Amino acid sequence: MTSYAIETHGLARAFGSTRAVDGVDLQVPVGGVYGVLGPNGAGKTTTIRMLATLLKPTGGTAVVLGHDVVAEAATVRAKVAMTGQFASLDEDLTGTENLVMLGRLYGFSWAQARERSAELLEAFDLTEAAGRQVKKYSGGMRRRIDIAGSIVVRPELMFLDEPTTGLDPRSRNQVWDIVRALVSAGTTVLLTTQYLDEADQLADRIAVIDRGKVIAEGTSGELKASVGSGALHVRVADPALRDEAIRLLESALSGEADRGSDPASITMRVADPAGVPAALARLRDHGIATTEFSLGQPSLDEVFLALTGEHVHDDQEVPA
Amino acid sequence: MTIDTNGGMDTKVAAALGSGPRPQPASAVSSSLTFGWRALLKIKHVPEQLFDVTMFPIMFTLMFTFIFGGAIAGSPKEYLPYLAPGILVQTVVMITMYTAMTINNDIEKGVFDRIRSLPVWRPSLLVGSLLGDTLRYTMASSIIIVVTLLLGYRPAGGVSGVVAAIALLLVFCFSVSWIWTLLGFKLRTPNAVMGVSMMVLFPLTFLSNVFVAPSTMPDVLESVVKVNPVTVLVDAARSLMDGTPDGGAIVTVLIMSGVLVAVFGPLTMRVFANKT
Repeated sequence: MTSYAIETHGLARAFGSTRAVDGVDLQVPVGGVYGVLGPNGAGKTTTIRMLATLLKPTGGTAVVLGHDVVAEAATVRAKVAMTGQFASLDEDLTGTENLVMLGRLYGFSWAQARERSAELLEAFDLTEAAGRQVKKYSGGMRRRIDIAGSIVVRPELMFLDEPTTGLDPRSRNQVWDIVRALVSAGTTVLLTTQYLDEADQLADRIAVIDRGKVIAEGTSGELKASVGSGALHVRVADPALRDEAIRLLESALSGEADRGSDPASITMRVADPAGVPAALARLRDHGIATTEFSLGQPSLDEVFLALTGEHVHDDQEVPA
Repeated sequence: MTIDTNGGMDTKVAAALGSGPRPQPASAVSSSLTFGWRALLKIKHVPEQLFDVTMFPIMFTLMFTFIFGGAIAGSPKEYLPYLAPGILVQTVVMITMYTAMTINNDIEKGVFDRIRSLPVWRPSLLVGSLLGDTLRYTMASSIIIVVTLLLGYRPAGGVSGVVAAIALLLVFCFSVSWIWTLLGFKLRTPNAVMGVSMMVLFPLTFLSNVFVAPSTMPDVLESVVKVNPVTVLVDAARSLMDGTPDGGAIVTVLIMSGVLVAVFGPLTMRVFANKT
């Protein structure tokens, strides 16, 4: 018995000449949340679809909960559930009908399936919308019913493909709470996301993937340390003084600043946030007024810049 | 944060996760019936999809009876015994393409992937939707028969002849559906499905003996029409509804159906199993 929920070696998938996933090695421990972070087109969805047995790899191996995804696909399917942009409920049916159908397919009797459906709708605050067609749900409700459909029978491993993309903050928080509840009930969650913030909030470990390859792996603390612990954003009142401000900041914080496309803005990765107040004081002493400054977490773009030396490229998502 | 944004959703979800029995996976029959139930629900929620099944047959029957009836058979009423079996076949064969549309939609919307990630006998999705399609074919057939009866059609074959003709038609259409399931998997968008199926279905149903006797056509066309499977099917249906069953045509239709299933059934299943 393996100690990993998911273990892949050189997992690859090509679509014609496009190598969507190009040799991914993952070790996902049992329990907790594992985040897969990357921009559109990085290969996140393709990887998940292979792990959920929906897509056959063209190279490498993947073992999920101790079973090979190709040779023992049926065993894997009995233990995992998948929710995401590419695995959806039937929009024409109501919430109740979708859940009853899934309950029947999982082997419940009609009565049990109805009971389970009512229970889940109640737990996900969807009782009022139970009789409405899923296509009439809001984004947040839609994501909740999708997740509810995946836990009709509690899976050992759940794949969540970008569960919060396009949601408002309140709905996003609800999804985060649901993910935490899943974990506390003992389900391992593999989650893909484009947001560093989300991976940081939820995931115990994070793999950063880009162009079909894992380019960094570790806890969020480890990743951030490799990027610098934060990003300083400053806007100067007079754009003419930006170059002087950059010179002052670079010497005070021993880093390299980025010129934003906005002629007044400066972005800088900071290894030691403690030096920031002094650096800002130096700007003031030299008579450079600032309209705005903030010290925040590095954005996904900054993580990528640090890891690959490139900004996030906005390729098309590879069709799957 | 002091605002309660979720009404304790996490605890409720955790409770829902813990409870409930863990059933044995559904049997093949039970999952097929569940998908059949889904097809019925879709008809209930999207009644527009029945438009083609209800309005087109009525429109076509009325149009052809009254526009061509006089010219072809002397009067609309005299044309009906010839037209009724033909238009019955044409209508139902035409709507077989919705099988492909349904499957293609499921793939595009992600429903297909969701279902494939479940531990069920995978072909039950196809069997279930074919059950729903069969209901659709039966409805369309009933409408045609009722409309033609109202127009004064009195089939010589009686109730049994009409029922036998419809049964034969259902067997044939069920077999043809396997071609559409394959196309549904192979084509990229529902629009492409629509385009391809129209290209196939229009020649197939019009270059036949549905509306006029092939003997009135130019020689080349007549030979094409005679080998058209739809022509054979119409011959068989006509013979049954006229009360003079044509054994040869009926057996040919059954053989064609068998061949279609034997060829396209396994092909579809293979594409289905290896889908991406």
